[in-house]
Amino acid sequence: MTGTAEVATVATVATISPPLWLLAELTYRCPLHCVFCYNPLNYAENRAELTTAQWIDVMQQARQLGAVQLGFSGGEPLLRDDLEELIAEGHRLGFYTNLITSGVGLTEARIARMKTAGLDHIQLSFQDSTKEMNDFLSSTKTFDLKSRVAKLIRQYDYPTVLNVVLHRHNLDHVERIIDMALEMEVDYLELANTQYYGWGLLNRAQLLPTRDQVVRAEAVVNAYRERIGNKVRILFVVPDYFEERPKACMNGWGAVFLGIAADGTALPCHAAKSLPGIDFPNVLQHSVRDIWVDSDAFNRFRGDAWMKEPCKTCPEKTKDFGGCRCQALALTGDAANADPVCSKSPHHGQVQTILLQSEAARSASGQAAGFQPMVFRTDANSLRLGAKDAALEKARFAGPTLS
Amino acid sequence: MTQQAAGGVPHRPKLSRLFKLQWEPAQDSYVLLYPEGMVKLNQSAAEILKRCDGERDSTAIANDLEASFSLTGVQGDVDNFLTVANERGWVG
Repeated sequence: MTGTAEVATVATVATISPPLWLLAELTYRCPLHCVFCYNPLNYAENRAELTTAQWIDVMQQARQLGAVQLGFSGGEPLLRDDLEELIAEGHRLGFYTNLITSGVGLTEARIARMKTAGLDHIQLSFQDSTKEMNDFLSSTKTFDLKSRVAKLIRQYDYPTVLNVVLHRHNLDHVERIIDMALEMEVDYLELANTQYYGWGLLNRAQLLPTRDQVVRAEAVVNAYRERIGNKVRILFVVPDYFEERPKACMNGWGAVFLGIAADGTALPCHAAKSLPGIDFPNVLQHSVRDIWVDSDAFNRFRGDAWMKEPCKTCPEKTKDFGGCRCQALALTGDAANADPVCSKSPHHGQVQTILLQSEAARSASGQAAGFQPMVFRTDANSLRLGAKDAALEKARFAGPTLS
Repeated sequence: MTQQAAGGVPHRPKLSRLFKLQWEPAQDSYVLLYPEGMVKLNQSAAEILKRCDGERDSTAIANDLEASFSLTGVQGDVDNFLTVANERGWVG
């Protein structure tokens, strides 16, 4: 290597900040079948999973690079019986370790073992405050089990986040959901309005709430915040289709987030696999450093050189980074366009049309939830949808019309 | 019940169980880690938080800082910081 090239390499490294978040999607296997899951539709076509030793190697490399938050996710990470071993290694390396779980499989024995291993935090998902809706949306009978798990997590004094994904069918239950969080004595409640990727995008017509629902839910949240102070900190993830400015997706592409899919594919965001024409590198072939610093995939939308108008000259580009690349692709057909959630986007009308169509369909069906069947995240549906990939691409632009 | 000073700051502040304080070489600073998040701390914030052990009160923290770093008159800064730290839930 010449001296000049070395200097150039050093300069590049200096301008790219280290990843802060390592998200290990240990497996795509999951006992739940949630209709809003962000996992790829065709997840069942690839069941490869990294081994324990391979995950540990990834964790060591990422830590070396500067990552400090380590999330174990999936699928359901508890389906990996080496989870405790991975947590112990993450803890030993100095990561803050997060378990993101449905709670299914979280026995007292495992909760105790994970405490010993050094697990710092558990994020437990519920689909609703009612047994009926929780069990319907996840297509399982898991509400009672989750309630028992929540008590155990509390008993072992883990910092706890209760996560509930919000949409048309439970936004009106926000009051009861907050009460449930207070009863469980969790530290944080994450009310995450559905993001329309993967299965959520497929089921968008059935999940989109009305603007009224969103406004009412936000008012309830604000009233509770006033009343309960810091007893439970409520995070309200805004439903971005109703916004005028896009979210600062992943805090910028290749800026802080490094996701590793079950098979070792490295991703700059959870949904990035939906972007065509990008060859996402795999940790089995490349070092984490090479992936983060040098790979085409992680540099594709890093910084702002890739931007087009209106982002290119927009004073807000350093704040929201042009929004979400996956959403730009899904709604405009070009991942380099401004996220059409932005009112400055020439495609903003597309989002408005989707909302109007959803409201119209809803009133025509007399509030019926089931005017079009929801597609649950199952292996069978995944294989069927993977095979229909071409048709699916079309459906992304027209809205989810697959039967 | 825990005795509290003005502003709701506990008499003997202690780092909250939700937060972990550690040195991060890649950040070249102390950080507070919490579920899925990180706060980068400046040196004085870190030195105060290191001393929030549930045993020292704010006067003891200030005295200790003055002795450790050959400073004087840090009590006001310590109290201001503890008020902010308490609001953010870093100490309890």
